[in-house]
Amino acid sequence: MKYFKKVLAITVKDLLLEAHTKELTPAMLIFSLIVIVIFNFSFEPGMQNSDIITPGILWIAFVFAGMLGLARSFAEEHEQEAIRGLMLAPVDHSAIYLGKTLSNLVFLFCVEIISVLAFGIFFNINIFPILPGLAVVLGLATPGFVAVGTLYAAMASNIRLREILLPVLLFPIIVPVLIAAVKITGVVLKGQPLSGVSGWLNLLAAYDGIFIIVGVLTFEYVIEE
Amino acid sequence: MDKDENVIIRAEGLAKSFGHTRALKGIDLTVRSGDFWLIFGPNGAGKSTLIGILATLLKQTKGKLTIDGIHSGNDIVELRRKIGVISHQTFLYGDLTAYENLSFYGRLYGIDNLKTKVTGMLAEMGLADWADERVRNFSRGMQQRLTIARALLHGPSILLLDEPGTGLDQHAMRHFYHLLGDLHSQKQTILMTSHNLTIGLERCTHLAILAGGRIVFSAQKSELDGKNFEEIYFYYTEKERK
Amino acid sequence: MKKMDIAVFVLGILTFLAISLSLYMAFIYTPLEKTMGAVQKIFYFHLPLAWIGFLAFFIVFLGGVLYLITGSIKWDNLAYSSAEIGVVFSTLVLITGSIWAKRAWNTWWTWDPRLTTMLILWMIYVGYIMMRNAVDNIERRAKISAVIGIAGFVDVPIVFMAIRWWRTMHPLLITSKGMGLAPSMLTALFVSLASFTLLYVYLLLIRVRLGTAMNIAEEIKIRLSDKL
Repeated sequence: MKYFKKVLAITVKDLLLEAHTKELTPAMLIFSLIVIVIFNFSFEPGMQNSDIITPGILWIAFVFAGMLGLARSFAEEHEQEAIRGLMLAPVDHSAIYLGKTLSNLVFLFCVEIISVLAFGIFFNINIFPILPGLAVVLGLATPGFVAVGTLYAAMASNIRLREILLPVLLFPIIVPVLIAAVKITGVVLKGQPLSGVSGWLNLLAAYDGIFIIVGVLTFEYVIEE
Repeated sequence: MDKDENVIIRAEGLAKSFGHTRALKGIDLTVRSGDFWLIFGPNGAGKSTLIGILATLLKQTKGKLTIDGIHSGNDIVELRRKIGVISHQTFLYGDLTAYENLSFYGRLYGIDNLKTKVTGMLAEMGLADWADERVRNFSRGMQQRLTIARALLHGPSILLLDEPGTGLDQHAMRHFYHLLGDLHSQKQTILMTSHNLTIGLERCTHLAILAGGRIVFSAQKSELDGKNFEEIYFYYTEKERK
Repeated sequence: MKKMDIAVFVLGILTFLAISLSLYMAFIYTPLEKTMGAVQKIFYFHLPLAWIGFLAFFIVFLGGVLYLITGSIKWDNLAYSSAEIGVVFSTLVLITGSIWAKRAWNTWWTWDPRLTTMLILWMIYVGYIMMRNAVDNIERRAKISAVIGIAGFVDVPIVFMAIRWWRTMHPLLITSKGMGLAPSMLTALFVSLASFTLLYVYLLLIRVRLGTAMNIAEEIKIRLSDKL
């Protein structure tokens, strides 16, 4: 109980920082929208199989925007080495991991929700009937991505070439999330029931669970000096 | 539990290697309640490593460490409660206000009556009027005071300082050591490392010299009376260099 | 040390003989496959290479776990050595797989689950090696490597499952039943598997010894500079 209060304290701290600076989420959001628009240009308008491509566009936008946020998520911690202050606190270091994962999750969820609305307008899709389905896929795919992402971002935050290495290390690992999310989103956009993709949903849930556990167990080693 | 109840830090044979580099080669140290230790040493002597181990940020390769009766191998989380750390970085968030910074740290330590505690602490450090100002806009000296408030908020048994003067101008530094002296007269146990011989000497109770990963000299200040500490320092550090 | 030298030497001779035997079996002992022709011979190397790839990355995982538990740098050395060998072998898997695909389906690349999984793995461990060059502190590097090695290997089954479902239409080709292997082919395959495993162990041993020697050299360098 005490432990989770401290996890939450870290998350709230990050949200408060973002509320003050308003730097990260707007940048992520704009970037996500740019990706959607740019990708739209690279395909013929009114293409016959556009419903095959659109889920991919959406998820590439989320993953890129998420990467942007993750790459910055430890910047404030290193500016005055506040991360060491966190490590000195009387709580297991995994609490830092969970707190940061949770705040990154909140940021990316915000970006995703607004992007989806914009996406509906751009592509002339009435998204309201399919919102529950979208909520399920966003809710299951994003945590896995952010869980690995936060672990890797912490790792990359104080090594050389971090801007290059973070995406190089992170993208291959999240391939399963990307495949599953695109498949499920495709089904949702077609208005088909989720029961047809229960295997994919299970895969996402398993991925989330496994990588949150990996993060909790190994985070301590990536921030120790 | 330590037999001597006054002992805050008991270190026996602390050693630390990074890969093949031996940063500390066996440190014995006993700090009693109310002591103000100053540990001098040239760059690369192992000062930061020593503070790192005492602060639980690093794990010693060899040796035993007990802080306020808690063995470092036992309950590391509980042990962290006993320590306050000040480094040359502030550990503060520039885009949070002074109040928000302190209450965040307060929550991490699970402090009760947080609001009163934080307000009181800010007033004590002369920052009451700046509570809702973002720390980024603070002068270096104000940030330093807030750093002290941050380190003392949870009432640690020992305050560890790792070269806190770095980046302060003479004026701010003088003020800072004045504050430390005040804390010490309020019975706060302090251990500080420094490479700057000109500071802090008046207020400390114990002096030590760390060179080449060993404590090569240690004395109570009263034993030193009249002797030129600077000469002692150069004698020992030059010897180690050879 | 002397005894070790002899052991490594003997292992080297054995590996040489074993690989020679599998070459003989692959090219002379086994009959030519009717539909595929000579390209089918790749099969005797492709599969063992892939097996070594997975084995090598498993050892990276194991070395990482043991390093985090014990803190002993020798496990990091083992993991890194295995990662290097694994990357070399998985590169060969991708190349031989491509040649196979060209002959079988007239395309250099197919998104076959196994081959694609190998590609993703290859990317993960190339990243692992790139990261190692970017971190100078030995302990930090070892810790980060261990975490990447663990996360990467845990990811393997999930990647494989995801890619297999993603390409459900694709026939599973390299199963012994589907291929209707002649007994001599099966024998050749097993001999090849065994001799490549031997080759892996031999390479790993040499690479680990090299790594240890490098660590010792580093230590001597530091001791000397301490004296100066």
